[in-house]
Amino acid sequence: MNAIHNTNHTGSRNSPPALDHPQLANIFTADQARAHWHDGALWFVRQKRDRMAKAIPEWEELRSLASQIKAHALANLPEYLELFERQATEMGAVVHWAADGQQHNQIVYDLLKENRAQRVVKSKSMLTEECHLNPFLEAHGIEVVDTDLGEWIVQLRGEPPSHIVLPAIHIKKEEVSETFHQHIHTEEGNYDPTYLTRQARHHLRQKFLGAQAGITGVNFAVAETGGLVICTNEGNADLGVSLPNLHIACMGIEKIVPRWIDLSVFIRLLARSATGQPITTYTSHFHGPRVGGQLHIVLVDNGRSAVRSHHTFQEALHCIRCGACMNTCPVYRRSGGHSYSNTVPGPIGSVLAPAMDAHKHHSLPYACTLCGSCTDVCPVKIPLHHQLLAWRGEMAERKLIPLSKRLSMKMGRIVLGNSLLFRTGGWLARFGLRMLPKWLTHHRLNTWARQRDLPIAPKQSFRALFQQRKKRHQD
Amino acid sequence: MRVGLFIPCYVDQFYPQVGMATVEVLERLGIEVDFPEAQTCCGQPMANTGCLDDTRPLADRFLQIFSGYDHVVSPSGSCVSMVRHHYEALFHNDARLHHLSEHTWELCEFLVDVLKVEKLPVRFPHRVGLHSSCHGLRELRLDACSERMGNQHSKVRRLLAGIDGIQLVDLKRCDECCGFGGTFAVAEEGVSILMGVDRIEDHVASGAEVMTATDASCLMHLEGIIRRRNIPLRTMHVAEILAGRNWQ
Amino acid sequence: MNTTDNRNPRRTILDRLRSQSVPHVALPNLNAGAWIEYADPVQQFTEMIKLVGGNCQCIDSVSSVAKHLGSFSQRLEAKRTYSAVEGIPGNVNLGDCHDPHELENLDFVVYEGALGVAENGAIWITDRDLRHRVVFFITQYLVLLVRRTNIVHTMHQAYAQIAPPRPGFGVFLSGPSKTADIEQSLVIGAHGCRELQVFVL
Repeated sequence: MNAIHNTNHTGSRNSPPALDHPQLANIFTADQARAHWHDGALWFVRQKRDRMAKAIPEWEELRSLASQIKAHALANLPEYLELFERQATEMGAVVHWAADGQQHNQIVYDLLKENRAQRVVKSKSMLTEECHLNPFLEAHGIEVVDTDLGEWIVQLRGEPPSHIVLPAIHIKKEEVSETFHQHIHTEEGNYDPTYLTRQARHHLRQKFLGAQAGITGVNFAVAETGGLVICTNEGNADLGVSLPNLHIACMGIEKIVPRWIDLSVFIRLLARSATGQPITTYTSHFHGPRVGGQLHIVLVDNGRSAVRSHHTFQEALHCIRCGACMNTCPVYRRSGGHSYSNTVPGPIGSVLAPAMDAHKHHSLPYACTLCGSCTDVCPVKIPLHHQLLAWRGEMAERKLIPLSKRLSMKMGRIVLGNSLLFRTGGWLARFGLRMLPKWLTHHRLNTWARQRDLPIAPKQSFRALFQQRKKRHQD
Repeated sequence: MRVGLFIPCYVDQFYPQVGMATVEVLERLGIEVDFPEAQTCCGQPMANTGCLDDTRPLADRFLQIFSGYDHVVSPSGSCVSMVRHHYEALFHNDARLHHLSEHTWELCEFLVDVLKVEKLPVRFPHRVGLHSSCHGLRELRLDACSERMGNQHSKVRRLLAGIDGIQLVDLKRCDECCGFGGTFAVAEEGVSILMGVDRIEDHVASGAEVMTATDASCLMHLEGIIRRRNIPLRTMHVAEILAGRNWQ
Repeated sequence: MNTTDNRNPRRTILDRLRSQSVPHVALPNLNAGAWIEYADPVQQFTEMIKLVGGNCQCIDSVSSVAKHLGSFSQRLEAKRTYSAVEGIPGNVNLGDCHDPHELENLDFVVYEGALGVAENGAIWITDRDLRHRVVFFITQYLVLLVRRTNIVHTMHQAYAQIAPPRPGFGVFLSGPSKTADIEQSLVIGAHGCRELQVFVL
C-alpha cells in the first residue's frame, strides 16, 4: 500500500505520541466515575440521534443516496474542483490551493498580513486543527480566537478538542467555571451553564466586533454553484464573517458535492446524525464575497489524495464530520477523545490517522472491538469497522504491531493448524487450569485474569463428549 | 441433508456443554449432525489481529474440512461471519468457498431461515437478558440493530420469546458491545473491563437472572468479570436455553 | 509518490487526483424520492420551531403581527429595531449605515422568510435587497414571518424551489442560536439571536 505513505503533511507535531491508545485509555478509565460520566453524555447524544432518524421513514434511503453522491463526487473530484473554482471565481471569490498543511497555513497568514489583520475570529474547522493553524498564526503575532463555545473552552485551557462536534465534551462544568474565572473573571464557583454561556457571549461579542478577519471551515462546497455551506448552532461563523471585510474559508478537497440539490440529502442527515437535531440552527450558504468584502477559499489536500488512491480506504473521504461514529463507539465513549492523539478521534479518526502516519498511529485500528456500530450509524455508509480491520492487515504486514502479538499469532497458527497439537494443547490448558493453584494461573502477568477469572475448565472437551454420545447411540 | 457441525476451538475445549446443546437442538429437529474431527479453528483470532499470513493456512484447512457438507452450523455468530464475510479476501475465486459461505449458518439463523422453526418445545421459566453479540447482530443481522431504521428481522429474540415461561427483560442499551473483541480484551484491558462491567450492570438492573448470547466468547469475558466480582447473574449460551437446559 | 511542485500546488493536486483511478458511480436522481409528507405541514412546522427553541404563532395578517409585536418589543425594551416588512415600523435605516459594526446595539429585527420547511422548522432568508446581512446574527431578538403557502414538507422540496443569490447569502435558520457545549446543557442564546419569534401568515 505504498500510495498511502504520504510525506507531505504538516510536520510540526509529528513525533510519535509518548503513550499509545491502550495506555492513554487505561489512564482515562482508571477514573471510573468520570469515564462513566463521559460515556453517558455521549450515549445521550446517540439516543437523540436515534429518535431523529426514526422520525424519517426514508432514513436508510438517504444514507444510500448520500453514499452514492459522495462516491460520484470522489470519482470525479478533479473535474468538480475545477468547476467549483470557476463558479466561485466568477462570483468574486479567490480560490487558493494547498498541497499540505504548511502551504495552507502560509496562504492564510499571507492573506492576513496583506490585509493587516492582527485579530482574527475563527469558527469550528477541523481542517485548521489538523494543520495546526492557530500555533502558526500565533507565532506570527496574530491573535486567533476560536468562537465556538466548546472550542473556546479548550483553547483557553490549552488543549486540543476531544470530539469534532462537541470539542469540550470531556470537560466538566466545574472545570469550565474555573477556566472562565481565571481568564474572564466570572464568579468563582458559579458553574451554571447558562451563566457561563452568557458570560462567554458577552466576552466574545467584543472579539467579534474587534476582529479584522473571520476564518471558517466548510461543511459542503457546491461545484455547480460555486457556493459554500457552513453549519453552526451558535451563529458564530455567520457573525464572524459578516462584520469584518475578510472571510477566509478553509476546506479539504473532499468537501465537494456536485449539485445544489445534493445539499438536501446531506443537510437532512448531518445534524440528525451529529447532535440529534432536525437541522443546525444556521445552515448558511455563501456565494461570493459580501459587497465590498473579500472571500478567499483555501482548498487543501494534506493527505486526502493519498487516501483516495487506495480502494480500501477511499470511502473514508465520504465523511461529513458529523461525529456519530464517536458518539456510538463504546470504546471512544469510555476512553475519551484525547486517547487517540489525533485531531479526528474515534472510528473515522482511526481510519484516517494511520493514512497520515502509520507508525505514529499504529495502535488506533486496534482501539476497537469490531462491534460494527459505527458502520451502521454512519450517515454516508463508510464501512468503518471493515476499514479498521483492513488497517490491521496493513499494520501486520508492515510489522508495526508488537512482536509479542505477531509471535502469539504464529504460535496460534501452528497449534491450531494441526489437530493433534490442538487437542494436546487444549488438554494441557484444561488440565492446568483445573490442577494448578489459582495464584499460578491468575497472576499479574496474565492480563486476561487481572480483573477477570479464567473459565472453569471442564474435564472433557466437546469432541470427547460427542464421541461418547455417538458410541452410546450406536450401542 | 448433510450437516457439518462447526464448534469453535475455545468452545470445544472450554464450553463443551454449548456444543452438546447445539447437537441436541438439531437432533430433536431430526437433523443428524456430523462433527469432522480434524477441525480446529476458523482463523478469526489471526485475521482480527491483521496477521493474514497466519490466517490463510487455517482458513484453507477449514475450507477443505467443511466443503463437502450441504450446510455447516455453528453456535457462534462471530466465527460464522468470519467464514461468510471475511474468507473472501483470502481466496481467489474458489468455487468451494462460494458454496461454503452461503451455507454456513449460526445456529439460530439455521433454525429460522433453513428449518423454518417457529417455536421450540422447551421451558425456561426465568428472567433472561439477551446480549446481542456484535458480529451475529451487525454482520449476520440476527436481530434488529438499534442504529438502523425501518423493518428488520429478529431471529434470536423471536426464538427465545417463543420459549415457555421465559421472560425477556428490556435492557437500557439493547445492543451495546460487551468489550470482548478478541485480543482487544487483553490489549485494551481498561476499556474492555469497563464495557463488560457496564453490560453486566445493565442486565442486573433490568432484573435478569440469566444473561444469554449467541457467542460464548462474549460470555467467557463477562462470566470472568461476574465470577471475580461475585455478581448474582448467570451466563448461558443461547443453545443451552434452546436445548431446554435447566438453570443449574 | 508524485512530485510536489511547491510553486503550483493546484497542478500538483489535480495531477495527483487525475493519476488515480476511482470507481465511477452514477449521480442519483433526487427528484423521484419517496420523501415523507406531513398530514398538516403547517402544524408540523410550528411544532418543530417550538422543539428547536423558538416561538411560533399562526396569525391572519401583517397588521395583527404589528399588534403582537408592539407588546413583544415593549416587553423586551427594544431600543433599536430594524424591520424589512412593510407595515411594521422600525427605527434603524440600513441605508444610513456604512459599516456593519454600527449595528452593534441592534435589539430587534423583523424579516420575511421566503420559505419554511416542515420537517425541521427552518426558514430560508437571504440578503437580497439587504445591505448588511449581519442584522440576522447581531440582533438580540429576531422575528421572522412566513406565509403558510410557502411551507414545504422537506429539504428536498426546499432546495428544489429556492435558488441561492449569486453572489449573495442565504441561510436556513431554525430556532434561536444555541449551544450545549457545557456538559450537554442546552443554553438558548449563544452568539446569534437570543429569541426567535415566528409568525405564520
